[in-house]
Amino acid sequence: MAKNKNAAEPVRKSGLFEYAPAPESPAAAGDIATSYGHFINGEFTDSSGSEALKTVNPATEQVLAEFAQGTDEDVDRAVKAARKAFADWSALPGSERAKYLFRIARIVQERSRELAVLESIDNGKPIKETRDFDLPMVAAHFFYYAGWADKLDFAGFGAAPKPLGVAGQVIPWNFPLMMLAWKIAPALATGNTVVLKPAETTPLTALRFAEICRQAGLPKGVVNIVTGDGRTGAALTAHPDVNKVAFTGSTPVGRAIAKQLAGTRKKLSLELGGKAANIVFDDAPIDQAVEGIVNGIFFNQGHVCCAGSRLLVQESIQDELLDALKRRMATLRVGDPLDKNTDIGAINSAAQLARITELTAHGEAEGAERWSPECELPSTGYWFRPTLFTGVSQAHRIAQEEVFGPVLSVLTFRTPAEALEKANNTPFGLSAGIWTEKGSRILWMADRLKAGVVWANTFNKFDPTSPFGGYKESGYGREGGRHGLEAYLDV
Amino acid sequence: MSDLSTRLDTPARIQVFKTYKLYVGGKFPRSESGRVYEVTDAKGQWLANAPLGTRKDTRDAVLAARAAVKGWSGTTAYNRGQVLYRVAEMLQGRREQFAAEVAAAEGLGGKKAGALVDQAIDRWVWYAGWTDKVAQIAGAANPVAGPFFNLSVPEPTGVVGIVAPQTGYGHSFLGLVSVLAPVIATGNTAVVAAAADAPLPALSLGEVLATSDVPGGVVNVISGRTADIAPTLASHQDVNALDLTGAIAADGPGTATALEELAADTLKRVLRPAVDPAAQDWTNAPGTDRLLSFLETKTVWHPMGQ
Amino acid sequence: MKRAGHVTAHRHTTPQISVPHRNRPHLPIGYARRYAALVTMSTLAANAPGAAGGGLKDVAASEASLRRFLHGLPGVDQVGLEARAAALGTRSIKTTAKAYAIDLAISMIDLTTLEGADTVGKVRALCTKGRNPDPSDPTAPRVAAICVYPDMVATAKEALKGTGIQVASVATAFPAGRAALPVKLADTADAVAAGADEIDMVIDRGAFLSGRYLDVFNEITAVKEACKRPDGTSAHLKVIFETGELQTYDNVRRASWLAMLAGADFIKTSTGKVAVNATPPVTLLMLEAVRDFRAQTGVQVGVKPAGGIRTTKDAMKYLVMVNETLGDDWLTPHWFRFGASSLLNDLLMQRQKLTTGRYSGPDYVTVD
Repeated sequence: MAKNKNAAEPVRKSGLFEYAPAPESPAAAGDIATSYGHFINGEFTDSSGSEALKTVNPATEQVLAEFAQGTDEDVDRAVKAARKAFADWSALPGSERAKYLFRIARIVQERSRELAVLESIDNGKPIKETRDFDLPMVAAHFFYYAGWADKLDFAGFGAAPKPLGVAGQVIPWNFPLMMLAWKIAPALATGNTVVLKPAETTPLTALRFAEICRQAGLPKGVVNIVTGDGRTGAALTAHPDVNKVAFTGSTPVGRAIAKQLAGTRKKLSLELGGKAANIVFDDAPIDQAVEGIVNGIFFNQGHVCCAGSRLLVQESIQDELLDALKRRMATLRVGDPLDKNTDIGAINSAAQLARITELTAHGEAEGAERWSPECELPSTGYWFRPTLFTGVSQAHRIAQEEVFGPVLSVLTFRTPAEALEKANNTPFGLSAGIWTEKGSRILWMADRLKAGVVWANTFNKFDPTSPFGGYKESGYGREGGRHGLEAYLDV
Repeated sequence: MSDLSTRLDTPARIQVFKTYKLYVGGKFPRSESGRVYEVTDAKGQWLANAPLGTRKDTRDAVLAARAAVKGWSGTTAYNRGQVLYRVAEMLQGRREQFAAEVAAAEGLGGKKAGALVDQAIDRWVWYAGWTDKVAQIAGAANPVAGPFFNLSVPEPTGVVGIVAPQTGYGHSFLGLVSVLAPVIATGNTAVVAAAADAPLPALSLGEVLATSDVPGGVVNVISGRTADIAPTLASHQDVNALDLTGAIAADGPGTATALEELAADTLKRVLRPAVDPAAQDWTNAPGTDRLLSFLETKTVWHPMGQ
Repeated sequence: MKRAGHVTAHRHTTPQISVPHRNRPHLPIGYARRYAALVTMSTLAANAPGAAGGGLKDVAASEASLRRFLHGLPGVDQVGLEARAAALGTRSIKTTAKAYAIDLAISMIDLTTLEGADTVGKVRALCTKGRNPDPSDPTAPRVAAICVYPDMVATAKEALKGTGIQVASVATAFPAGRAALPVKLADTADAVAAGADEIDMVIDRGAFLSGRYLDVFNEITAVKEACKRPDGTSAHLKVIFETGELQTYDNVRRASWLAMLAGADFIKTSTGKVAVNATPPVTLLMLEAVRDFRAQTGVQVGVKPAGGIRTTKDAMKYLVMVNETLGDDWLTPHWFRFGASSLLNDLLMQRQKLTTGRYSGPDYVTVD
């Protein structure tokens, strides 16, 4: 399976200086098994059921592996294993828990190339991003929370704050291993044990992570991985012996989980959708703003909950900014995720591609003007051109709904107050961007934006020390930083 | 032949002795004086000759420490954490060597000495974790009454002179690590006056630091008479702070009071020794006192307006 | 910012390069918006080929108007610029692309010797190296130019006769530029008279940093005038900013526009004689400046990073920046140069590796 040849050809525009293919070897991903069971109590075990799902390489549509559809019974076994491990794990001195997490961080660093290639194959995102962003962030997150494990007394939650118990964690497919790190690292540092369900289109790096737990000598049952689709996730969040539910994904599912948990004692944190405004004022550093807009919406194929999907541009510079943006978009390289020069990889799944296609068709139908640079797309796999919609108003669906793809809606404003009003005019509130050389305006805007993260003269920046999470229907609770500990402590 | 060396080798062959040297600016010079002094174990048996560091050696070390401030304090907290964790990794591999040195220095059995080294390794891990967290407990967003953004952040003080612990259980190595690691974790650089009677673990630590991605000059170790080295640090105009933990002299220029008076000339930040330094148990949990002692708080104001 | 009637103008004297309009959108950017009342770009563009001509009088009519223009340029965010340059530096250039880029890079080199110890023998040897960089492989391209001090121009000119390799001369009291204007002009005229095809002048950084932009502007136009030959042609003028001394990216952007407005044919980062020379972000910023200048005026200006570029890997990064910021139009020695000396041998060793499959070593390239 690991020898899977990626059929996607790099797509190039004509020019004097053509970059020859620079493919990362799929073999670097290590051996991918034909089929996977769950990782429960330190062992890979078969499912109690017979249903298996397939994960495909979205760039080639080839099946990479089969994996188990977790049953209620599988989930129960995993929760029991986590419960059993909780007593010893939570009683371990923080300094010893810390050392396990440091080990995991180091092994992630050591195996980062393998994990990066595996992630690219399973997810469709470019190797450039898994190599330079996802994997360094994964390791950094474990390092950061490793350091907290023996310092919880100093975290501002009172003396000797207690863990919650067993955490049921459900993560999305857009940053599979990074989302795993965001969930598992703080949970373990605070003394919880976990049952984690990776997304059904991207289970492979989580299953590989199970091997890392074994290499690190992590006690059995502290980390359990149960695979499957939404049914498995629902079984996990509903399990009566789960004390904590952490979910990252869509707002509708988050809402359903919140309802499911109503009346229980389970602690819940949700990181959901977004429709971030990226606001560009006329005194912005234009070239860097263009980069920030591109990074804001085309990073990770736009499969980013905090993506800057609504560009709010001051009317006085609309034309020049859009010209510069189009010129820059024309240099984006769409194609083989394993090519080191690819900027935009494959859409993660056929279902997601269908949703993006549907929403963009609607955008055109509603009268917005659509533009994409010329670029050939590979014939197999799931692809979508980087796309720009101009003439968008707040009333359009593409200005309201999360597209979760490489699609940017452009709106205009005249004054800071209008920019603010439009930026906040959404049920979401995950992130926002501000571009201006005027410091006091940045802080004035940041003060008033209803968003959990505000980037000024930059976008899509993440750090383990920096809390991340949303206002309003983008969820609640924070991941990252000192604040991220609270979600896993009984405070 | 010393206890230290017999433990490490078979009697059948003539073993190779180590020449202990100073650690200054990432290099291992002999003392400019060309002199050494005898270091003995707890029973008075000769262990090795240590360099007799002078005022000039100390001055060189301060120069090296100052030169390293910009790079080390400018390194991201994350990277500093990685480097400190690397120190722990490298120490783990040399555990037996340090256990032997600690056993000899403090007259302890192998098991107790080994446990002290283990704790010293864990202490590096503890401080490795603090590098990117100290600002999160020592900094603040201040709700000033007005349209201003107001943020306080801790910054390293600069060059810190450390008089290493000379007494207390575990002083020769765990004690040394306990005073050194918090100083450099926050981005300061250090000149350490090693414990005069037990300098060998400190000098060997230099060898570990040199192979742990700690940039040259961030830590400098001088062995010799505390009464020579400590006053040089205390009076040096380019030293920003003093840790007097090991300033336990009963009289003369090495007393804590005398050093504190010298430090007052340039208003150095001073961390005083314990009331009863001999009663100190370095295995106690460290807390954050030492980490927060060598920081400056900087507060930034910025208006907020359209 | 009317574009109607624009003619793409070339400051190049030899040879004439046609600049096809690319398919990529290449539209004017309104950098003029904050000084719209002060200058009409169409006027500027129409007069741009005769750089010192009357069209510039609007912007450079006074110290105040020039300052307002330069300070009205959009700011540069340091972090963002450096991140973009670093990101472009991660492009992976392999096989055929690498072979193309290596030969292109060799052909763009201004092979340089600017030492007090330079002799006729040294310069001749360098010229020989420039015309035949790899004696073991005649397919290796020639360099673009040999760059020397004015008193070595005649020697170089003689040694390069009939090769098409240009002779570039530094002038204007290079590298400090601390001399009176008449001395600088005499220095320039002397090099031109000796046969220099190209003049690499330094700006007065002291004047720039103290805000006397008009002095800098006037000095460039005066040197440009001194580049004229009796037959009416002109030596090609490269203007060196010494970006390591200008320090901020805002300053580099302002210097770029100032020099282009004053008639520079090329803008060049550095003398190679200070601590900080060409860097990828500084060069990227200058590439953006020439891109925007052409979009507004129709006038194409070249870029030359110099100093500190020593390896093939470095050169690849610069070519990637040119490719993705400016595209094909600048991917020729007429519009992009490397000021370098040791770079050439590293390129040749990499070239040998591509040809033979073996790693080469310094004993297999010539030292001149």
